[in-house]
Order: sequence, then C-alpha cells, then structure tokens
Amino acid sequence: MDFVQLIVSGLANGCVYGLIALGFVLIYKATEAVNFAQGDFMMIGAFVCLGLTNADFMGLNFWLAVPLAMVIMAALGYLFDWGVLRHMFGQSQVSIVILTIALGFILRFAAGTIWSHEPVSLETPFAGQDLRFGGVVLGIDEIAIIVVTVVLTGSLFVFFSKTKLGVAMQAASQNQLAAYYMGIPVKRIQSLVWALSGAVAAVAGILFASKGAIDPSSGLLGIKAFAAAAIGGFGSLPGALVGGLIIGLVEPLSARFAPDGFAGIARIAPYAILLIVLIFRPGGIFSQTQKKKV
Amino acid sequence: MSATAVLRVDNLESYYGPIQAIRGVSLEVREGQLVTVLGANGAGKTTLLKTISGVMDPEKGTVKLEGTEIQGNEPDRIVARGMVHVPEGREIFPLLTVAENIAMGAYTRSDKAAINADEEMVYSYFPILKERMTQAAGTLSGGQQQMLAIGRGLMAKPHIMLLDEPSLGLSPLLTEEIFDIIRRLNTEQHVTMMLVEQNAAVALDVATYGYVMELGRIVMADEAATLAASKDVQEFYLGISQDENQRGQRRWKQRKTWR
Repeated sequence: MDFVQLIVSGLANGCVYGLIALGFVLIYKATEAVNFAQGDFMMIGAFVCLGLTNADFMGLNFWLAVPLAMVIMAALGYLFDWGVLRHMFGQSQVSIVILTIALGFILRFAAGTIWSHEPVSLETPFAGQDLRFGGVVLGIDEIAIIVVTVVLTGSLFVFFSKTKLGVAMQAASQNQLAAYYMGIPVKRIQSLVWALSGAVAAVAGILFASKGAIDPSSGLLGIKAFAAAAIGGFGSLPGALVGGLIIGLVEPLSARFAPDGFAGIARIAPYAILLIVLIFRPGGIFSQTQKKKV
Repeated sequence: MSATAVLRVDNLESYYGPIQAIRGVSLEVREGQLVTVLGANGAGKTTLLKTISGVMDPEKGTVKLEGTEIQGNEPDRIVARGMVHVPEGREIFPLLTVAENIAMGAYTRSDKAAINADEEMVYSYFPILKERMTQAAGTLSGGQQQMLAIGRGLMAKPHIMLLDEPSLGLSPLLTEEIFDIIRRLNTEQHVTMMLVEQNAAVALDVATYGYVMELGRIVMADEAATLAASKDVQEFYLGISQDENQRGQRRWKQRKTWR
C-alpha cells in the first residue's frame, strides 16, 4: 500500500517535470534554441496564479485565476520572442542560450521583489484533501496533477495533429525554409510557440505549487526537467513526458529502497539515468531523426 | 504583347554580403507563358528566384506582380498575392504525411470547398501521391518528393509558379515524366510558370520563351524555339558541337557572341 502511494506521488512529480520538459522541447523544436528560463517560467506562472488567487493578494476565484495566469504567461512568452529574440535572428545559438539564462535570473529576482523570497503555497480548493481506497491514501492534489497532465497532453496532441495552426507549427519546425516558401508566417508561428510554452509552464507551475510551497528559486527545478527532456530525446514531445515520468518515479523509489547511509542517491539518480541513456542511446529514448534525401 | 505581364522584373540587383549575385536583371513573364531561365552553376538563377519570391531582399530594382511592386515584402504576403516558389532540392516537411504537406500548401487560403477541389486536381496529376497520402513525406523517393513539392505549390492557387530546378538529382526518365506534368499543368490548368534549369534541352522543350543567364546577367532572350536553334545555346548549353576543325576536334576556346 505504501508502494502505491510512492508510485502515485512519483508520477505526480514526474508530470510536473514532464510539463516543464515539454516547454523546453516545444521551443527547441520550433526555434532550435534552448530556453534555459523554462523552469523560471514555471515559477513565475505559479506566482502569477498565486498573486491572483491567494487571499493575501487579489483573492480572485481559483478557477478564474488559472486561465488568467495561463493567458498572462502566454503573453509573456510571446512578448519575449517578439520583443527580444526576433532581433537576435541570425545570431549564434550561444548568445540566445546566454540570453535565456539571463532572463531566468531576471525573473527570479523580479519574483522575489514582488512576492518575497519566502516559500508560499498556492491556495487551491482541493488542498489537503485525501482520497482513501481501503488502506491507500492519495492526495487529491496528486490525482489532479496526473489528470490535468493527461488532459493537457491529449489536447496538445489533438492541436498539433488536427488543427491547421498546429500542423503549421510542426511544418515550420521541420523545414523552416520550406515553411517560408509556402507562405507560413514563420516568425509569428515561433512567437506563438513561445506563447504556448509559456501557457504550459503556467500549468506546470500551478500544479507544482498546489502540492507544496513555491519560492523564487523553485525555477531551478528546470535543470531536472532539462535532464528529463534529454532522456526522452530532445525534440520529441512524448519523449519529454516519458523522461519526466522516469525521473519522477526514480527519485522516490531510489530514496525508499536505497541501502542505509545512501539516501542521497535519490538526488543523483536522475542524472545517472541521463548519463546511461546518453551513453547507450545518444539521441534519447524517442530520438526523432530523419536524414534529408538528396 | 497581347497577354498582360504577370511578373515584371526591372534592373534587379541583389547581394550575398559583398558579393553581387544578380547584376541588373530585367525580364517579363506573361499570362499563360512557361518561361525558362537557363544558366550554368553559379549563374545566379536560384538567387534570382529567391529575390523575386521575397526570401531575399534586392538591393536595387523592382519586382512587379500583376502591376503591384512586391520587392522586399515578406514571403507569406507574396504567396497570398499569388506567387509561389517551389524551391530547389524538394524542401518538403519530412515528418508530416503527404496529405499534410499538400494541405500546408494552402496555408494562406481559407476557401474550404475550393481547397478540396484543388486537392483532387493535384492528386489527379500525381496519382502516386494519393496512394501515399498517409505516409511520412520523408519516406518518399526523390522523384515523388519533387512531385509533392510541385503539388504543394499548386495548392496555393498561384497566378505564377516559380520552379527551381525540378530535374535536380532525378533520372532522365523521371525528369521527362516531371516535365511532362509541368507542361500539362501549363496548358490544361493555365498555370503561368517561370522555370529555372540547368538541363537546357528539357527546359527549352517545354518552355515558350527563354532567357539565358550568365554571371548574374541576362545575356540572351528569345522564343524557346529560336534559342534552341541558336549556335551559342547549342554549343554551350545543349552540348552540340558546331564547327570541328580539320583534325576533328572541337575548338576548346570558343568565343561567345555576347562576350
């Protein structure tokens, strides 16, 4: 019974990692840049929602605050691409990477200034409630995280495979030049991908903050999510989720079953797995490579 | 000069950094025409097409599409205005299915019924694409990818289609098949086309009018049949040797009339 709880809480953590990793992969696929501020986007998303709904701040209804936070984060992502990155067009990847790292710092300190550096928790309607099945006690927050992640990835899948905009996003990421030739407005599409990844980050942040406290340095979680994305194969959306789930599960399990005196192994485990995956499958588990025919 | 000019280029100049690739090109494509631009490697043919379709911006000169200046516009606006560029080397979307690739060609359009009708039209010209509709486009053969690129271009319902070297990397037999379809699209669907080719023989065969480009300039312009019959084009582009000297060898330093 203990084991089931461990698995569920691992899956819930994994979902959060997976969603942040999804944000990494979305941007990487569309623009070939890695957004190292993705974790901080998540943190800001959580704080924006918290600022809207917590009684200490604006005290809006939680169900109103969530979509609002998503919209605000989407706008932030869009504006960052439109206002900053578009002017970096043609610069090397390194400068874009450094820029996103800098953005992460800015967001971290901005959050600290606005909402203080103390850990705060998001007031959700389902905080602290449990579901009991026989001997198993599951937190509603953990169930909610898993359900929301499944629904979100399902809708993303439908969006990318069925809608014109979604297919155009795929097209622009697979062959930017051809997308230009077909009249797809590539620059606007890239900004929209940033917006999408901002909204996904907001969801990840809200889920993360709903099961524990959040503070401005929570964004550093992004590093673990980065490992998740690399395990899944950078550039594969399902891979990002699977990578997140693997890390989410490995952490509690390795802590639980580690021999005495080796409890710290849980912290190392995600990166050890990353190392093993990179050695045996350098492209990641779900590597998606297609050579161009001449 | 009966039909109106769909495309008119005047004194176009464009650069790659400090290197001038197009040195004052002027040309005209009239409605229903199939115009070809011939030239060797590095003559500037692809650059010319890229400059016309808005992927590159010209330094000087004008590009008029149906009377409106379009130089320097973003490609998506140019496609919406009715000019589509089928790029060199079959730039398809490898992980999308054939049907999705075709659908992306109509990105700038929203008239559902007409789009469906055009899809049927494209599949009637390229039946193999219909068979492979659900397959990832990257798994197609080279010739099929070229067909897909042309079919995808047609989906934009272009007033003029720019074709960049459709024969690249294809067997002579496939080249003939593709050019046959290009000719049929021009005569049956009245698609005005501008075709850039190294393979002068096939290009002059399907074209009505032709330009010869060398080092960024247009050096000859005439009816396709006249060009095909001209001594210089035969010697330098069709590989038919003209005057052999007494020893039965070709003069290896033939002077071109335009130099």
